[in-house]
Amino acid sequence: MDLFEHQAKELFARYGVPVPEGAVAATPEEARAIAAELAGPVVVKAQVKTGGRGKAGGIKPAPGPAAAEDAARAILGMDIKGHLTRRVLVEVANVPVEEYYAAFLVDRAAGSFLAMCSASGGMEIEELAATDPTALVKVPIDPLRGLDHETATFIVTEAGLPADVAGEAADILVGLWKVMAGEDAVLVEVNPLARTADGRVLALDGKVTLDENADYRHERPADETVGGDDLESRAKAKGLNYVKLDGSVGVIGNGAGLVMSTLDVVAQAGAKPANFLDIGGGASAQVMADGLGVILSDPDVKSVLVNVFGGITACDAVADGIVAALATLGEQGATHPIVVRLDGNNAEAGRRILDQAAHPAVRQVPTMDGAAEEAARLANAAA
Amino acid sequence: MSIFLSKDSRVVVQGMTGAEGGRHTARMVTAGTNVVAGVTPGKGGQVHQGIPVFSSVAEAMDSTGADVSVVFVPPRFTKGAVLEAVDAGIGLCVVITEGVPVHDSLEFLTLARQSTTRIIGPNCPGLISPGASNAGIIPADITAPGRIGLVSKSGTLTYQLMYELRDIGFSTAVGIGGDPVIGTTHIDCLRAFQDDPDTDAIVMIGEIGGDAEERAAAYIEKHVTKPVVAYVAGFTAPEGKTMGHAGAIISGSAGTAQAKKEALEKVGVSVGRTPSETARLMRALLEAA
Repeated sequence: MDLFEHQAKELFARYGVPVPEGAVAATPEEARAIAAELAGPVVVKAQVKTGGRGKAGGIKPAPGPAAAEDAARAILGMDIKGHLTRRVLVEVANVPVEEYYAAFLVDRAAGSFLAMCSASGGMEIEELAATDPTALVKVPIDPLRGLDHETATFIVTEAGLPADVAGEAADILVGLWKVMAGEDAVLVEVNPLARTADGRVLALDGKVTLDENADYRHERPADETVGGDDLESRAKAKGLNYVKLDGSVGVIGNGAGLVMSTLDVVAQAGAKPANFLDIGGGASAQVMADGLGVILSDPDVKSVLVNVFGGITACDAVADGIVAALATLGEQGATHPIVVRLDGNNAEAGRRILDQAAHPAVRQVPTMDGAAEEAARLANAAA
Repeated sequence: MSIFLSKDSRVVVQGMTGAEGGRHTARMVTAGTNVVAGVTPGKGGQVHQGIPVFSSVAEAMDSTGADVSVVFVPPRFTKGAVLEAVDAGIGLCVVITEGVPVHDSLEFLTLARQSTTRIIGPNCPGLISPGASNAGIIPADITAPGRIGLVSKSGTLTYQLMYELRDIGFSTAVGIGGDPVIGTTHIDCLRAFQDDPDTDAIVMIGEIGGDAEERAAAYIEKHVTKPVVAYVAGFTAPEGKTMGHAGAIISGSAGTAQAKKEALEKVGVSVGRTPSETARLMRALLEAA
């Protein structure tokens, strides 16, 4: 789960990483009160989980409380790359004289953690890596040993941070590593890590991604789906592994790889998939009903493709699930054609169950490619 | 006759007395796997499904000569279970468990690299040498023994390809798992298949995210002389969204299916547009040989 900037900064503060003083506001009035409390120039920042806030007008300086209220009024409700702004962070304005970059992430290829640091922060790190790769220092961090102060000092020195801030920056790196290790994070990024006119070093921005697999051993902030798609929220509430896409063929399958592959095959057949939905192994009637329910309530969907390869999953159970789901859904279930391809474990029995049920919306196609073509044809015909 | 796993493999199942562990142990035995022991802390001395249970992997290895472990324990206990197997010096540890925290995986993978234990997974379906042994949850009855090697991040895509090519058959199929960090990579499997006298050709299945397929392509160019066909899933995946597998996320241009396909084709690997086309490509390659 990605954290909002203000949540990331709260974690930073807890681990001793200096951040600007500030608080989060949900209304312009709250923003005004926070600015009054902070006394002095502030910056009002949209809290959305996407980059490019500045360019979109989601970050505004304000000399005092009245200006902060105005800024918050302008920013709250703003749509930034599809993310609705519901809160703003109001914090003391710090003018950076130098901007650095620091991050910890998981290095998949090396099977390790990686520290990245640069004296040229501020810009997008992908841009920096592309324009001046030597400016970005990458140092592997041993998962067993972690990061000590000596290595942190080496990293900031290699990255070319000025000697007079190296000690402070190394402390910050160690603090950020503690966030990474202590919170089961898979990404901790500070851009910019700023040196201010009065000589302090602090995190002006913060990005943290937490490992959801480790949620059981932490207290996590509530995962708000701010600006999230309504269908996605509903699917998530039912525990479904669902991602909304922008096409017209609803897709249900078992196994993430097979479902991704199904999306591709639908696209090759000349239609666009409306979603990704992986019902996983051992799909019960309930999961199938929930999945079909979400997909059929998507107004973009014109046809549905159920693509199951029974490995451990038995196709007769899947077929029972489809029949039960259609019974549960009633009239709604018959609104769009449902193309089913069952193969693998107990496929014959599964096909027989669907044949016998003879639901008018359901048609079976024996191959994955053929089923995708049929679903695409039906969706395009209905468009 | 296969890689990593043969008919002589002696398998211990960690978490055998649990529901999943028990169910899949029965399947493994039916597939001909020599399951010699189960391990559940505190349940040593019991017999479960006719198989002796030990309290530790070390005891199981001492008593039964087990050399492969398959881990079915829940995520929060997985690190401990794997480290126990590594400490005991098992040769191969197959971690089926899904949902292991990345920090835990990195810890046991790092320790395993300093040991003699090969880890496959976590979050994988395991591996099968059809007709000989099955360590994990890959269905044994959808394919036959043969001379194709298969390596894949995805379980159900593995099954799909195994089924499509069931008449030709497989030496070994390895599901390496969809997590961001895993113990055995595409390259490890390619190397083993290249060295295996009973594998004639290789199917490699990849998916969006990371650069494992690109690195595999570079490895194939230098080291693999056997024919390879590949399939990559995720062409229509949108940026920045996780598609089920924790590893299957793309951001920016890195890790796209198109980039992976191009990298593989550049080194002479035929890449199918669908699983079925991939199977046809393999068939054509073997017929031409």
